[in-house]
Amino acid sequence: MNDLSPNALATGLGAGCTDAPVLRERGQREVFCGLTGIMWLHRKIQDAFFLIVGSRTCAHLMQSAAGVMIFAEPRFATAVMEEKDLAGMVDAHDELDATVERLLARRPDIKMLFLVGSCPSEVIKLDLSRAAERLSTVYHPDVRVLNYSGSGIETTFTQGEDACLASLVPELPELDTDEPSLLIAGTLADVVEDQFARLLDELGVGPVRFLPPRRSDDLPSVGPSTKLLLAQPFLGDTARALTERGAQMLSAPYPLGAEGTTDWLKVAADAFGVTDEHFDNVTRPGRERAAKALAPHREKLDGKSAFFFPDSQMEPSLARMLHHECGMDIIEVGTPYLHKGLVHEELAQLPIGTTISEGQDVDLQLDRVREARPDITVCGLGLANPLEAEGLTTKWAIELVFTPIQGYDQAGDLAALFTRPMNRQTRLKI
Amino acid sequence: MKLTVWTYEGPPHVGAMRIATGMEGVHYVLHAPQGDTYADLLFTMIERRDARPPVTYTTFQARDLGSDTADLFQSAARDAYERFQPNAMIVGASCTAELIQDDPGGLAQALDLPCPVIPLELPSYSKKENWGAAETFYQMVRRLAMPRSDNLPDGPSCNILGPTALGFRHRDDIREIVGLIERMGIRVNIVAPMGATPQDLNRIADADFNVVLYPEIADTTARWLERQFGQKRTSVIPIGVGATIDFVREVADFAGLDAEAFLADERSNMSWWSRSIDSNYLTGKRVFVFGDATHAVAMARVARDEMGFEVVGLGCYNREFARELRAAAKEYGLEPLITDDYLEVEAAIEALQPEMVLGTQMERHIAKRLGMPCAVISAPVHVQDFPARYSPMMGFEGAAVLFDTLVHPLVMGLEEHLLHMFREDFEFHDEAGPSHLGHGTKVRTVDDETIEITIEETGGWTGDAERELKKIPFFVRGKARRNTEKYAAEKGLSAITVETLYDAKAHFSR
Repeated sequence: MNDLSPNALATGLGAGCTDAPVLRERGQREVFCGLTGIMWLHRKIQDAFFLIVGSRTCAHLMQSAAGVMIFAEPRFATAVMEEKDLAGMVDAHDELDATVERLLARRPDIKMLFLVGSCPSEVIKLDLSRAAERLSTVYHPDVRVLNYSGSGIETTFTQGEDACLASLVPELPELDTDEPSLLIAGTLADVVEDQFARLLDELGVGPVRFLPPRRSDDLPSVGPSTKLLLAQPFLGDTARALTERGAQMLSAPYPLGAEGTTDWLKVAADAFGVTDEHFDNVTRPGRERAAKALAPHREKLDGKSAFFFPDSQMEPSLARMLHHECGMDIIEVGTPYLHKGLVHEELAQLPIGTTISEGQDVDLQLDRVREARPDITVCGLGLANPLEAEGLTTKWAIELVFTPIQGYDQAGDLAALFTRPMNRQTRLKI
Repeated sequence: MKLTVWTYEGPPHVGAMRIATGMEGVHYVLHAPQGDTYADLLFTMIERRDARPPVTYTTFQARDLGSDTADLFQSAARDAYERFQPNAMIVGASCTAELIQDDPGGLAQALDLPCPVIPLELPSYSKKENWGAAETFYQMVRRLAMPRSDNLPDGPSCNILGPTALGFRHRDDIREIVGLIERMGIRVNIVAPMGATPQDLNRIADADFNVVLYPEIADTTARWLERQFGQKRTSVIPIGVGATIDFVREVADFAGLDAEAFLADERSNMSWWSRSIDSNYLTGKRVFVFGDATHAVAMARVARDEMGFEVVGLGCYNREFARELRAAAKEYGLEPLITDDYLEVEAAIEALQPEMVLGTQMERHIAKRLGMPCAVISAPVHVQDFPARYSPMMGFEGAAVLFDTLVHPLVMGLEEHLLHMFREDFEFHDEAGPSHLGHGTKVRTVDDETIEITIEETGGWTGDAERELKKIPFFVRGKARRNTEKYAAEKGLSAITVETLYDAKAHFSR
């Protein structure tokens, strides 16, 4: 991971938790690996297939983490390596070629194939970039074959999306115009993407393109006139690859909550010379709807405390939203990887004294959460029921990744994800 | 390399986790990369356990590979001992750690921890979950079993072996079988692995014989105990009324008791429910059975002998027990299906067009796609296969539970007749599905898709015949289509007309 230098904001430097000490821990990490990103990526890019080159564990993870078998035939699979692949009794590359051949014969609708590296394929140094190159030649022009690593030794959960999108960047066509355009990077639910497209169109910002696209033949172009706005905070490698292609990165908080959405849109609007008055007019209905939707939740969340276990790197943004827009006290913001350059604006808005932790030693963190007894604990699926059994109210972190929560019209839904567990506690009399 | 969409079994270290999590006082230190912790959610979410599995993962990352992963393992093991104070520790590697060859067993021994440390060698690239569970249990028993005590209470005694965490209905099966055995007047020495402590395993030799409930987990151990301590082991799996009676006879024989006197007082509602007149409609329903070998073989017997179904397909995903399944398939005059390839199972079900599928949750998914009723009878399982209520699969009560389980997905007696008579009623149409299940619209959508696809594929059907076929209720339509096509092929007909449809019906009438 590189360190992007943020567009320095005079107001941001030194504010809030920007320069707060970070509690860095190394111990057992209770997090998903980057393969899990395939869960939403394969639904987003509708003609892409994700072939994990890995072990039975990888396949088992995918089906367990997916809530087990949501889709009859998903656009992902695992090429499970066997003893003979490892012992050099067969050439792993020949095996992979044969597997891809079987797969593509079965799924002629696939136009883009990602070979996804895993822990075992990385440890045995199976060169998937060479395989992708070779297979691309074989299946050209019907199928484009790319590769990235979603291995747990290199990536945590949402970093898998970062690696996937970064692998797409070299494929993007060169933008051959000086007219500025906006590129929004990071998977958003289709409904949210459509809302943003409408708002930006009304603002007069555009043309607007999204990465990843919904179809692999609809890749956005990129060049020096591209202005890049991240929709997700975990895209360090993607942002770097895009800036290397000339894109100019806009620094903003992320579009979570009403204020987050306004600030995010404003950065885009300013970059395209939209007047304040026009911005206010266009965003007013959304802001008003969001305020209305948030009000009842704010009543329930105000003064309550929250504790984040590391999961998606969205934690600083979520904490900022809960603190500013719902009045919550934030005890600890755990994040698997703190990319200060990308969450600078969020940290600046977190109150001084919030514990910011990076990495994890899950046993020590559990000691802290038991000590703190927050009103709500945001954690992974492995920890939620055990903590509930200890009397702590929890929110599954994965829901915050799998639910449309960005934008004005989802601000209420986002807050509701936190009020529902509390509401349930007060209803139950057993 | 094997192209895998869905898997029936996890890796072998998940099997080891099932043993550790089922037991008490055991801790598992697993050398594994970041991400392998996903396995915790199998227990905390799918099984709804209220505590974390007793597993410490070293969760190494790429940067650790360059330095010292062995050191990381040792500090993780030391910290885990200090924090959890287990009575025994098992140590091993997941698939990735196996490649870096750090030797967790040797490293843990070197720490000289004040509890037994049992090293596990679970080859991830050739073995699977059930094997891993069986091997872990075997290694623990080998290490912890002590000689038979001299001072034991009078009367026959047994161990009950095989139940684990995340097992299909293990929680309730144990209660049912322990009750049965105690009613027979036999003392249960230990139940293991689930619920047992390492100290319990110390006295495993104190029992007279072993009841093997789940051979996939306990067979290796029971065979070793037989060799080592001369403990006999049971071979009958008490699933269904008939098998439970056989089981009682086998156990009584080992214990030197009178089985018939005991059986005279035992009852299962299943026997009468199945004989009652309403169950007539179950007769000859064509069922496809798939699961782990033990459950599949046992359920085939229940389906044929106790429900009056016709078993049209039988298979299992675990090759380790293929021999048992082949023998059973032969008895039913069937070609056994032994595969862990989900797509192969799907193809077999599609070709056979059974009226019901008894399978794992994979088959439930296949059946849903094909618009067929399905009941889950074996692992792998979903959160909904861990019911809150008491629902054993074994013993006399288990047989009654099975009756309900197998009847529930079907369209029932009179409703089936009414659907045949008034199949074009706009509200009471067949595609609404069984009226007691709330998934009508789902069935219709899935069924429509299937129809569309098949029309394209066959083409031999005339429009009239296709429309007539649609009037046949959905739960027998697949069979009607298949029979008609088979008939047309046999007769060398180029097109299938309404006439062909009814000729075929007469031809296959039974």
